[in-house]
Parts: sequence; structure tokens; C-alpha cells
Amino acid sequence: MIEPPILDVRGLSTDYTLRRGGKTVRIQAVKDVSFTLAKREVLGIVGESGCGKTSVGRSIVRLAKPHRGEVYFAGKDIFTAGSEDLRRLRLKIRMVFQDPFASLNPRRSIGDSIAETGDIHGLFDSKADRQRQIQQALTNVGLDSSFAAHFPHELSGGQRQRVGIARAILPAPDVVIADEPVSALDVSVQAQVLNLLADLQAAMGLAMIFISHDLGVVGQISDRVAVMYMGRIVETAPTQDIVDRPLHPYTRTLMAARPKPDPAFRIKAGIEIGEPPSQFEPALGCPYVKRCPLATSQCETADPSLRVIAPGRMAACHNI
Amino acid sequence: MLRVRDLSISIGGQTGFTDIVSSVSFEIGKGEILGLVGESGCGKSMTSLAIMGLLDRAGPWVRTGRVELAGFDVIHSEPYQRVEAGHGGIAMIFQEPMSSLNPVMKIGEQIEEAIAVHQRTPGAKRTLTARELLEMVRIPDAAMQLDAYPHQLSGGMRQRVMIAIALACQPQVLIADEPTTALDVTVQAQILSLLRELCDTLGLSILFITHDLGVVAQLVDRVAVMYAGRVVETATVERIFSAPAHRYTEALLSCLPDAAHRGQRLTTIPGQAARPGQVRQGCTFAPRCRYAVDVCASDAPPDALLPGDHHALCHFPRGVSP
Repeated sequence: MIEPPILDVRGLSTDYTLRRGGKTVRIQAVKDVSFTLAKREVLGIVGESGCGKTSVGRSIVRLAKPHRGEVYFAGKDIFTAGSEDLRRLRLKIRMVFQDPFASLNPRRSIGDSIAETGDIHGLFDSKADRQRQIQQALTNVGLDSSFAAHFPHELSGGQRQRVGIARAILPAPDVVIADEPVSALDVSVQAQVLNLLADLQAAMGLAMIFISHDLGVVGQISDRVAVMYMGRIVETAPTQDIVDRPLHPYTRTLMAARPKPDPAFRIKAGIEIGEPPSQFEPALGCPYVKRCPLATSQCETADPSLRVIAPGRMAACHNI
Repeated sequence: MLRVRDLSISIGGQTGFTDIVSSVSFEIGKGEILGLVGESGCGKSMTSLAIMGLLDRAGPWVRTGRVELAGFDVIHSEPYQRVEAGHGGIAMIFQEPMSSLNPVMKIGEQIEEAIAVHQRTPGAKRTLTARELLEMVRIPDAAMQLDAYPHQLSGGMRQRVMIAIALACQPQVLIADEPTTALDVTVQAQILSLLRELCDTLGLSILFITHDLGVVAQLVDRVAVMYAGRVVETATVERIFSAPAHRYTEALLSCLPDAAHRGQRLTTIPGQAARPGQVRQGCTFAPRCRYAVDVCASDAPPDALLPGDHHALCHFPRGVSP
């Protein structure tokens, strides 16, 4: 029997309304996104700034207000959950953010920050239990338990991100949504934090959504990758397939543009691949049509939907 | 073209100072791109500010060393002396173009401002020159974009405008401090391509400061690796990636995620990066180096010279039998 997915996202759309030039403008940050996340699976979501990858993560935990769609966590609809259910769900689905300094209260000790969720939800039996759980969380992320008494400004970037992870895993969640967790870190520290996330994922049996703009980092940790462009998923596939044989022309461009640490791939003068289109003027057809080398007249008018190309592989393109 | 010799930058007073950049030396030839590589806090941006003459006695100050632009002493002279000596000088672009551009001034005016200061072009011709500069940095519809404000442009286009303003100074050397770090990869590729083109066509020399080893491999000709305020290795880009000699360079390269070893544990460097001035004796990398022996902790490492003008500050450089 196939295990049901821990997270099932169906037709998720998230809009933002902004005021621009005195007018109210609606932006579709996420457009009809569907995917499932199996237990113990790591799904990487990759894309460039403004593609909607962060909004997907935030919509799932209802930090951003989803406009349409359903998200089921272990069979339960998150979007229609009442406030009491939502509180419980938020212990099961936890987020790790890019900038841990911005998400830690500078005037609270590390221990208090880690325990905050537990304090709110009444997870601790006693003061001694609270202390024990803080120390356990610090040990789990490879920090000395003496860090509990320190304050965020005393820590390096890598240590702060470990604290951010400790906060996320304290209530023993089922799903962790990590939004660019290593983007602000130096490479040597980035490697340490990626190893830590991989270790915790395996040890705790976590399912994880790993959001990043960096295909190299996403490829390192993910079982499966979803590529986003202009609010849509344009391709999903097992990681090895995305790396070896990207199908969607955008994925190919993304792979080719990623600087490889190998001087055999030198940049040439005269590369012009255009810039992402404005979100204020959504295209009628395929969002990638203006930059696409394969574009035909059909792409100008019809927006391709995600379809199965091969077992486990989906892409939204007319010309594959 | 640009020669930096024994540059040390210090904080603190004349007595009791701490070097945050120690005895940094490198050269950049005409039309060459040198990559200055290192992790946060290693002193790479401080080095570039010293070369630009942007340090004064109020903060960190240049304690020793010389910076020569085509033989002309940059640090111990006034900017007007450089212009009178016929040197275009050094221009700089930064990571975040939006914070370097004036948000309430049209980009055409901002470029013309730079032209007015650095070129003796009569007023009427400045608009034309500004348009030519925008075309040179490959901004589409250059004539129309002169009237745009910075907020109307994308991040990539803003960085192109910054490059146009830098070129208006007619520099011989361009310092680019993490110019593509805030950009998406597809936009980054286009900016890197533009910089390569400017080197090839104008003979511009570029000091490219970055932490991104992928960008280094793609763009630069030679690399200087910095750690804790020192240049620990300099070599051609091919040598750095195929035969790194310094143990820090070797360790840094091994930390990178690699498609061939997907899903395996990444190599890490134990401990934390030393702050400049923190390690006072021996090799600054010794506390984290897996090959370190007693002499590394007690004696400053020699400048080991390897074939192909390849330098490494290391007692036991990789590939050299003791």
C-alpha cells in the first residue's frame, strides 16, 4: 500500500494587493500550484526572486493569506482549520527562515527564544523540563548547552541559523519548511548547516520543503525538485533527472547560468537572455515565452499546464 | 596596471593598533580580471576601500604599503594630481546598486553628472555621451531609458547603469565589490558577460571581489585568496581549481556541493573563521587546518613559490614534498 502524503497541496493561488501609482494592483504571487510531499521526503523548490517560492511556503502555514486552493496535512485541510486546530498544526509544520538574526528577538536569551513556542503551547511540565528540552534542542543542532544564556548578537551567522533550526525542531514537527536557510552563510558554514539539516531530517524522519534560489544547494539535499517561474511550477522531477536531463527550457537556462566552480566553463562576452517579465503585466500565454528559444505562436496565446512527461516527471511546456 | 605592495590596514591608535589587513600584495595587468576571494570579514572589501583612497584616519587607516596605478602613487596623492598626471583612475561598483543611485534623479542626469566631473565634455554633448555609455552596457532603448528613474529599472539594469557611471570616469581599473551577489543567476550571467566584454574591448582591468567560487571560475583570469586579513594564495584561475596549494583554498573548494557526490555529507572546515588580528603567532589558518603541525602554530609561514607564478603562504603547501 502506498503511504498517503503528509502534505498535499492542490491548486494553491496566493494574490497580493498593492497600491501602485494611486491604483490598487493585484499580483498573482502563486498561481495554481499543486504538489505532494511524502513522509520523510525532501522537496526542493527552486526559482529566481519573485517567482513565488517563498509565498508557497508561507501560504502553507497561513502566514500569507492563500486566495484559492487546499492544503491537506495528514488528511486535514489546513485552510479551513479553526484557530485551535491551526495552533496545533503549527507545532507540526515548522519554518526556518533565511535571516535568523531578523527572526530572533535581540533582547531575549537564546534559551528563551528556543523555548518560546513551548511556552506558548504549554509543552513544558516544569521549569526543569523546560531547561532539559532547551539543552536537548541545542545539543541536537550541535551547539554547547551554555549558549542558552547568550544573546543573538554574541553569535556568528552559522550559530544563529543553528538556533533558528533548534527553535523549529523543539516541538518534534513532522514537516519543516526551510526558506533559503543557508543563503546568508559563507560556503564553509553553509556546508556545516546543510549537513546538520540532512542529519536531523534522517534522524527525526522529517519531511522537508527546502526553498532556495541555488540549484547546487537544492540538489545536495533534495529527493525531488520543483522549479518555479512567475508563480507557477514549470517542472518537477527527481533531483538526479533535473540535474542530468532538465526538460523545461527555463530549467535548462537556469542550469546553464549557474556558475560552476570549474574554469573549463568560462563566461563569454555577449550573453543576452533577457530579464524576467514584470509581474504587473502578466502575459496571456506561457510566462516564459519572451525568453524562450523554443517559443511558437501557440505559446503566445495558450498558457501550458503541468503535465506528465515521463513517470515521476512533469513539465509545463507545449514543446516537450 | 595596478600594483598593491605590502598593504596593511589597521584599527586603533598609532600604538596598540591591530592589523585587519596584513601585508597584502598583488598586481593586475592591463585587461586582466583578478578575483579577490574570501569569506565574510576576511578583509577583501577593506582592501578595496584602501585602493580607492576611501579610508581616512577616523576609522581604519593604511599603516604601511603602496598602491600604484600605472606607476602613480594612489594613496599618498590627491585625486586632482592623478587627473593632472593623465590617469583616468579607479572606479568602483558595489553590491546593491539601488543604494548607490540617487532615487529622485533620472539616470541620464546621474551619468551626465559623472561625465561633467571626469570628462571635459561641453554640456550639449553630455547627453549623447550618456546615451553611448548606456548602449555600451547593453541597455535596450538607451535613448528612452535616460529619462527613467532608478526604481523603474530591474536590479540587473540598475547594475548596468552603475557600470555606465563607472565608465564615465574613464577608469583604467574597475573595482567590482560583489556586483552580482544580489542578482538572480540568469541576470548574473549577463552582467558577468558584460564585464568580460569591457575587459576585452576597452582593455579595462578589473579587481573582482567575491565570495562565490563559481563566479570566480567563470570570469576571472587570476585569483588571490584572502583569509583573516592576508592573501594566502595567488595563482591563475586554472591552478587554483586544479592544483590549489594552500590548505585553506583546498578546504574551501571541498565544501562546495557537487552534483557527482549528491546526497553525501559535505566536507566542512572545523571551527570558525579567524578574525583578522586574532591569531598573533604562526599561520592564521593553523587552528583549523587538518595538516597543521607544531611549526604552523609557532612560526609565520613562508611565501612558497610554485611553478607558474603561484604563491602560497604555507609551511606545507599541497603538491610539494617537504
